[in-house]
Amino acid sequence: MEPGLYHILFISAALFFIGVYGFLTRRNLITMLMSIELILNSVNLNFIAFNKYVWPDKMDGLFFTLFIIAIAAAEAAVAIAIIINLYRSHKSIDVENAEDLKY
Amino acid sequence: MNGSTIIFYLLAALTLTCGLLSVSTRQIFRAAIYLLFSLVGIAGIYFWLQYEFIAAVQIVVYVGGIVVLIIFSIFLTQQAGEKLAKQKLDRKIFSALAVFCGFALTMLQVYQHDFNIAGTTAAPTVGDIGRKMLNVNDEGYALPFEVISMLLLAALVGCIVIALRASPNPSQGGALKASDKKDIHLNP
Repeated sequence: MEPGLYHILFISAALFFIGVYGFLTRRNLITMLMSIELILNSVNLNFIAFNKYVWPDKMDGLFFTLFIIAIAAAEAAVAIAIIINLYRSHKSIDVENAEDLKY
Repeated sequence: MNGSTIIFYLLAALTLTCGLLSVSTRQIFRAAIYLLFSLVGIAGIYFWLQYEFIAAVQIVVYVGGIVVLIIFSIFLTQQAGEKLAKQKLDRKIFSALAVFCGFALTMLQVYQHDFNIAGTTAAPTVGDIGRKMLNVNDEGYALPFEVISMLLLAALVGCIVIALRASPNPSQGGALKASDKKDIHLNP
């Protein structure tokens, strides 16, 4: 069968929920960040698929994707700076150990 | 079953398999490499969709930037060879159940909806993207372009300030840290 819009929507939904599973089960902060990158990529794929198949004469989905890629890069950089700072004070990047503000 | 279909299914299988392996493996360096292959698979799907510019941006920024940054941080914070802690089984089962239910619900809604699939039009060229991105008139994207450049500047400065190593001299620690932060602070 010729791959169309529904195949790509299947892939993007599967990738999104794989990222959500990784975010819920992982304890390491860096692997949680990797799961967030998977979620963002699934959203990008969704935007491009709709741009190509439903509105091929416009470019809005394409620009959304470009800006999401740029924002994801900035967010990953800030997250890793925070993780490195946390590692210096706690000597561990397990998310269960970052509980200094807990009651 | 022509070559284009086979390539699409291969790329989809690569992306999903490496995504699954990335979230379930217990060795953190392998998780980063599986993420790299998954992002390359997504870039391949962009190439298959004939959106070559987005595929190139994906490879340059995501694969060549973010994954390399993640690998740097893995080496800076812990041993890359140690195994991660094993997650409790009931947490994994409940997460898998919730994720599977969410996926089934989403796919049910997607398949029941009729999208107005338009006829095939040529993908936008890089010239079209450039003209529209820097257009200040109707439907131009010049304003988000400028705003994102300010966001990247803020992220750059923020990362440097956050990850700055504290002063090694404890007696002058307070004064040195304050003056360091004052030097880096942007003057409006």
